Amino acid sequence: MSAHVLAGSAVVAQVADKQSGEPFFFWVLAVVSVCAALGMIFMRKAVHSALLLATVMLSLAALYAIQNAPFLAFVQVIVYTGAVLMLFLFVLMLVGVSSTDSLVETIRGQRFWTAVIAVGFFVLLALGLGNAALGDSAGLKTANADGNVIGLARLLFSKYVFAFEATSALLITAALGAMVLAHRERTTPKPTQKDLSVERFKTGAHPGPLPGPGTYARHNAVDMPALLPDGTPSELSLNPVIAARTDTIERHTDLYGETEEEAVEEDVAAVRAVTEEVKDADAESRAVFRSAGPATGESEGKAGE
Amino acid sequence: MSPGHYLALSAILFTIGAVGVLVRRNAIVVFMCVELMLNATNLAFVSFARMHGNLDGQIIAFFVMVVAAAEVVVGLAIIMTIFRTRRSSSVDDANLLKY
Repeated sequence: MSAHVLAGSAVVAQVADKQSGEPFFFWVLAVVSVCAALGMIFMRKAVHSALLLATVMLSLAALYAIQNAPFLAFVQVIVYTGAVLMLFLFVLMLVGVSSTDSLVETIRGQRFWTAVIAVGFFVLLALGLGNAALGDSAGLKTANADGNVIGLARLLFSKYVFAFEATSALLITAALGAMVLAHRERTTPKPTQKDLSVERFKTGAHPGPLPGPGTYARHNAVDMPALLPDGTPSELSLNPVIAARTDTIERHTDLYGETEEEAVEEDVAAVRAVTEEVKDADAESRAVFRSAGPATGESEGKAGE
Repeated sequence: MSPGHYLALSAILFTIGAVGVLVRRNAIVVFMCVELMLNATNLAFVSFARMHGNLDGQIIAFFVMVVAAAEVVVGLAIIMTIFRTRRSSSVDDANLLKY
């Protein structure tokens, strides 16, 4: 009986490591991560590389989870994908998203020798792995008996407590170093609002905001140039790409008139009429407000609040 | 799955990262390839932990993550400083220590 139990426990220990569906997930994640890693080094745009690196890191997190390391899987997602990669993307945005690598080789034969070195290095690693007597894995059933986090904490605060304390010093040093490196001493006084405004008008360019597309026009589509209060179509109101693609005045010819000029005349007349109407209405409402007196105006203001 | 599979995957990812470091010239991408190499070693550590049946490998992977996070902060700050003075993030342009 006891021998039977012993044999049974040995079998259990042997298959403790086996998990159903593991090969399937391993092969899917391995293919995804290797493809993403290859894409990462071949993509020309840095942002694409960063996103593919995020893919690799997420699939590695899943691989950790498969290998009985749930704590590391979550740390991988939170620290690597969440913090480190966002920091990368942040710096990419500061440096400029459109920055691409130049494809000119500055060192002659760099790619060829890189390929040679890579193949040699991989063959070395593969030979080392092939010669190692790896055997079957023991599994983490006993080590994770109280839970993965508790097991890790037990080791971290006993055997590795000195290294753990040293990392706190490392983190403080890194934070200080980043602050020192990112700090920039101001050599010129900070421009005041007055300086900025003088600067803006000095150039002689249009100081205000540009007119929006479709203002006073018959359509409010983005390709419709705005009509200025004096009736001229404004090319400034359009996206430069659209303005370059089409003759903006032609946009007004779809409904009225035989020629572009006539269509624009028609629109200008309509705009003038509307402007006059609004002006009259405005003057009227002002007159009403003035005759009503300040007392009602105040109560209205309170009601509005 | 034998640990050999995981170690082979880790070796492939490490080699890809090394190729990226050697080939790419955008400093940020080079840095990302270094991160890929660190991740590959982490995968190896986690599979070693499972192979030996204790959690030491996972602890080492955890420390690698901490050091990598600190390293990224400082490295990106250096890249930003170089970019500020040189207006470029290419490793070819950062040759101030050369002469």
